[in-house]
Amino acid sequence: MNSFVDRVNRRAFLGQSACRLGSLALASLLDPGLLRGGDGGKVQRWNGVINPLHRAPKVKRVIWLYMAGGPSHLETFDYKPMLAKMSGKPMPESITKGQPIAQLQGAKLNCLAPQHDFKKCGKSGQEISSIFPRLAEVADDLAIVRSLHTNAINHDPAHTLMNTGTTISGRPSAGSWVWYGLGSDCENLPGFIVLTSTGASGQQQPIAQRQWHSGFLPGSFQGVHFHSKGDPVLYVKSPDGVSADKQRDIVDASQSLNQLFNERVDDPEIATRISQYEMAFRMQSSVPGLMDLSGETKETLDLYGTKGGDGSFAANCLLARRLAERGVRFIQLYHRDWDHHGGIKNDIQKVAKEVDQAMAALLKDLKRRGLLDSTLVIWGGEFGRTPMAQGNGRDHHIKGFSMWLAGGGIKGGVTYGATDEFGYNAVEKVVHVNDLHATILHLLGIDHERLTFPTQGRNFRLTDVAGKVIEGVLA
Amino acid sequence: MRRKSLVVIVAAILSTARLSAATPKPVNFSREIQPILAAHCYSCHGPDEGKRKAKLRLDQREWAVEKAVKAGDAAHSPLIDRVASSDADERMPPPASKKDRLTPDQIQLLRRWIDEGARYDIHWSYVKPTQPALPPVKNKAWVHNAVDAFVAAEHEANGLAPAPEADRIALVRRLSFDLTGLPPTPKEVDAFVGDKSPDAYEKLVDRLLASTQYGERMAMFWLDAVRYADTAGYHSDNHRDVWLFRDYVIAAFNANKRFDQFTIEQLAGDLLPNPTAEQRIASGYNRLLQTTEEGGAQAKEYTAKYAADRVRNASTVWMASTMGCCECHNHKFDPFTSKDFYSFSAFFADIQEKAVGRQDQTPILFLESAARVKLFDEQLASLRATLNKPSAELDGLQAEWEKKTRAEGSKGLPKPVAAALAVDPAKRSPNQKQALSNHYRGIAPELEAIRKAAADVQRQRDALTKNVPTTLVSTSVSPRVVRILPRGNWLDDSGEVVKPAVPGFLPAMEAQSQRASRLDLAKWIVSTENPLTARVFVNRVWRICFGQGIVKSQDDFGIQGSLPSHPQLLDWLAVEFVDNGWDVKHVVKLLVMSNTYRQSSAASKPMREKDPANVWLARQGRFRLDAEMVRDNALEVSGLLSRKIGGPSVRPYQPAGYWSFLNFPKREWQADQGESLYRRGLYTYWCRTFLHPSLLAFDAPTREECTVERARSSTPLQALVLLNDPIYVEAARVFAERIVKEGGSDPAARLNWAYRRALSRSANPVEVKLLTELYRKHLAAFQTDLASAKKAVAVGQSPLPKDMDVAELAAWTSVARAILNLHESITRN
Repeated sequence: MNSFVDRVNRRAFLGQSACRLGSLALASLLDPGLLRGGDGGKVQRWNGVINPLHRAPKVKRVIWLYMAGGPSHLETFDYKPMLAKMSGKPMPESITKGQPIAQLQGAKLNCLAPQHDFKKCGKSGQEISSIFPRLAEVADDLAIVRSLHTNAINHDPAHTLMNTGTTISGRPSAGSWVWYGLGSDCENLPGFIVLTSTGASGQQQPIAQRQWHSGFLPGSFQGVHFHSKGDPVLYVKSPDGVSADKQRDIVDASQSLNQLFNERVDDPEIATRISQYEMAFRMQSSVPGLMDLSGETKETLDLYGTKGGDGSFAANCLLARRLAERGVRFIQLYHRDWDHHGGIKNDIQKVAKEVDQAMAALLKDLKRRGLLDSTLVIWGGEFGRTPMAQGNGRDHHIKGFSMWLAGGGIKGGVTYGATDEFGYNAVEKVVHVNDLHATILHLLGIDHERLTFPTQGRNFRLTDVAGKVIEGVLA
Repeated sequence: MRRKSLVVIVAAILSTARLSAATPKPVNFSREIQPILAAHCYSCHGPDEGKRKAKLRLDQREWAVEKAVKAGDAAHSPLIDRVASSDADERMPPPASKKDRLTPDQIQLLRRWIDEGARYDIHWSYVKPTQPALPPVKNKAWVHNAVDAFVAAEHEANGLAPAPEADRIALVRRLSFDLTGLPPTPKEVDAFVGDKSPDAYEKLVDRLLASTQYGERMAMFWLDAVRYADTAGYHSDNHRDVWLFRDYVIAAFNANKRFDQFTIEQLAGDLLPNPTAEQRIASGYNRLLQTTEEGGAQAKEYTAKYAADRVRNASTVWMASTMGCCECHNHKFDPFTSKDFYSFSAFFADIQEKAVGRQDQTPILFLESAARVKLFDEQLASLRATLNKPSAELDGLQAEWEKKTRAEGSKGLPKPVAAALAVDPAKRSPNQKQALSNHYRGIAPELEAIRKAAADVQRQRDALTKNVPTTLVSTSVSPRVVRILPRGNWLDDSGEVVKPAVPGFLPAMEAQSQRASRLDLAKWIVSTENPLTARVFVNRVWRICFGQGIVKSQDDFGIQGSLPSHPQLLDWLAVEFVDNGWDVKHVVKLLVMSNTYRQSSAASKPMREKDPANVWLARQGRFRLDAEMVRDNALEVSGLLSRKIGGPSVRPYQPAGYWSFLNFPKREWQADQGESLYRRGLYTYWCRTFLHPSLLAFDAPTREECTVERARSSTPLQALVLLNDPIYVEAARVFAERIVKEGGSDPAARLNWAYRRALSRSANPVEVKLLTELYRKHLAAFQTDLASAKKAVAVGQSPLPKDMDVAELAAWTSVARAILNLHESITRN
């Protein structure tokens, strides 16, 4: 039997000689268990190169709430009373000297007090900013990491690092790695789906497609961007005037002719092509079904605060749950509007309001449906913001920022790591982006050092040459 | 079944490496030992000093024999003890390295190698190729040229026989796709099939090599390598004009420009004596990298990024070397050092650019235009001289005018002129005199003809220069200081300052001055002493003709790269290439004239099992067309394709809102009108962060980084593109029109006509039956639902035929869509 699996493996294999072929790839080549045929054998699903898993997985899927622009840790999850005291006064030069800086290059560096109050929330007493009143209700589910740092101080390379583990373009994104490594549990949707929304005010930093690109992995592992306007998936709609039945006829004719041709030339690629057309046709009907929220109760819609169909973050959170239910492996939601160089007090409150209810709803909804235990939910952006004022805003900051994790395998109600008293440098239990990636893979049952792909003379991996699992957030 | 075929794959790999217990040949270090050591040992015992453990390195013999290897005596060699140890604490590689244990076969091979004297060789690709003698073969009749001799020798060594020659239809399709990127027309197919002359095939090859589409086809792979794109890449990803560079590449391949010259012009065209417009455009190669305009970006950081990008690109494009690894540390496998990396980057330190911000475009005046501008300037100078020439006659006329004007009043005159006029002529300052004289000569009726002539010339000059295209070129300025950045950290200024230099283990470079230049580098890259360049290039041409290289890893000829399947053939071709003046068409022709190339691509199951990856070339390759060619094919089959060459990039249909994530400024894609909608795929506007989704779906690279080997995936998104992208629906409809008009009267005749256009062959009866059923079914359906039929044929800008039944056209459009979606339609075999 020849299949997509064969093809991808063969491709992975063709690129190498015996010496380049890692034993991992070889093992997967030889494992007949990889090929679990789909429904009726028509669509053959990719089941991943990590088979069996390196360790018992805690979760099956990831939902990443990606707050693009660089949310301030100082107004969200990292409370700094010292900064309030020092507001308007110069930052100690001992901290800032020789440090990379973005728009504040050459400017006076004065402290800016936290612009919002923090509250102790839940039984755990997690400190969360008052701009997230609904999230506070699920505080005990969150592991807040306050000690992240990254290497890139501008949006574009910082996004690239957050998604691919390096600032150099052309490497696969985390979602592509996971899909490649684990395969998908879904026969009519891609294994890595990206949803996007944009805030009502403030800056809208551009985001490149490379953030969900498959890099040097086969193109089939590219994240698929679901659009909120026009066709949700590009070209998913049949041409005008062509009904679903007619489209089926055309695909059937093409498939039968391919089959006939295959009988003559016996080319495994044809079987693959037939399988991909079948998948495409299924997507043509499954995608509209996915986007149709008429089956959701009013209570659920109210929980998220959306009627759907408006491309809002809330609508996307609801879609994320629906994608999780359907077995999609990696779901990434971008919400753009966190680049608060000025007017941070009001603007961050506005954008927080856009996400607060829906992200809390997503956690609650997943939980009551029994899905939270098998899902890892991540919240965060590409970097944080300076303790120093940029007018009445804050500049980009890479030496310390916050994210949170929730879901299967995560110890809820924990605050992990710390920045210094100004919120400048991560100083306690410091976590790099590579460590975050190692932890994501760990929870999915993958040893991050063993999910590799050989190219350009070495085995590349998501965590580049670093990465340590953040044990302190694990249940 | 599956397990069996995979075991065969593994067996094939092993035989590739000639790893067979029965082989009496001495163990070959490069092919058999080095891969084992590189994969398991070099990361701790290799060239990287920083990571070296136990002061042991195994990549150099003098180190290895000192501690780990007793030459001639495996039994007393610590290396064997350690890799074969049953004690987990003793065994190498250690568990912490997460590297696999050596297999018993590998250990046995190491033993034999040590017993045979532990001979080390220089890695194959670092030794200058020499042209080997052709190997003796039994199957002499099959050998058309040198390529076949080397291939046949391996067939015979591996118990394989060549596939029969492909039929003429397959040959003409294959050649057309490989050499022009387009399918042959039915007429071209008939001409070749009907040509009984003995040199029919060669005539076809020559015709295709001479066609202008050849340059477009070759440009596709080169533009991937040098990462040509219409946008800057980082962050706001704004537009820049570099299409002149694309057109330069097309023209260079069409003119068969020597590859050494092609290389020199790109790396250093601006440094050539009196560079031509073309050479300056070519030097835009150094400017094709991604740049940023992001607010808050630090110049120093991006200068470091650009330097690294250029090293990665040039070393991959010309030398298939992974020098990029050395940005942070010495290479772990190849002999490149971190110092090599930064010294290499210093060659490019003279390039004028903005570290952060919009790059300055340079207007390019081509020779003819430049000559005309010069002529205009001369004319203008001469006319102005005439206007200003001292003349007693004019002075007299001026005096009269002054008198008259003073009497009438100086109203309306420029202030300084009026002021001068008011002064007594004898008391005027020189400036006042000049002001009056200038003014008068600007209005004197006697000079009217000359003034008009000057204005005319000026207008012509403006018109000529206003539409001058611009591009990014290299301009050499005082070079930036380049330091070694410890661990690649751009904030760290503690590293040694380095000058331009090539890696020390490769042949020395001749520099024309104390500080070596890009021109020196370019000449070194294409010097006959460079062991890599020619091999790397012929390997890329080989991939175009066979689907994969003789060295599979197109981007890596280093120790971790794959070994050449036919090392002697690769060397023979490399030397042949250089000896024939770096003649690209000569190499292409050599490959396509070979019987190896002309083989059928059909593979029986036993054949596939014997050589699944087609390493030994006992058949041709069969693979999906590249992204641009998928598009070109549909347009060509339908008759929509524009044959226009070059010019600014074009914008075919693209889904609305696809660019909504671009900002600074926000942009909306406006599809072009008319002919520009139907240009070849390589002219599509190449937006790096949001590449056209139809190209992206078929593995076209974003060209943010160098790509020398595109993936060939098969995905559901590809099916959605071919089924639903309006350009494919429109192509199907226009194809359908022609099927109805030109294909005869009954469905069978029409289907045959359509098949000959789309697939270069006639349809067989089963195919006719199947598609006739589709046609009849849809005809009936559309006849009862004309509204749908009208919509189905209204996709795209091409005008609808007035005299055609809509239901009929819609039904044939369905058939045409089925045909354009066939695997066979997008496959080169």
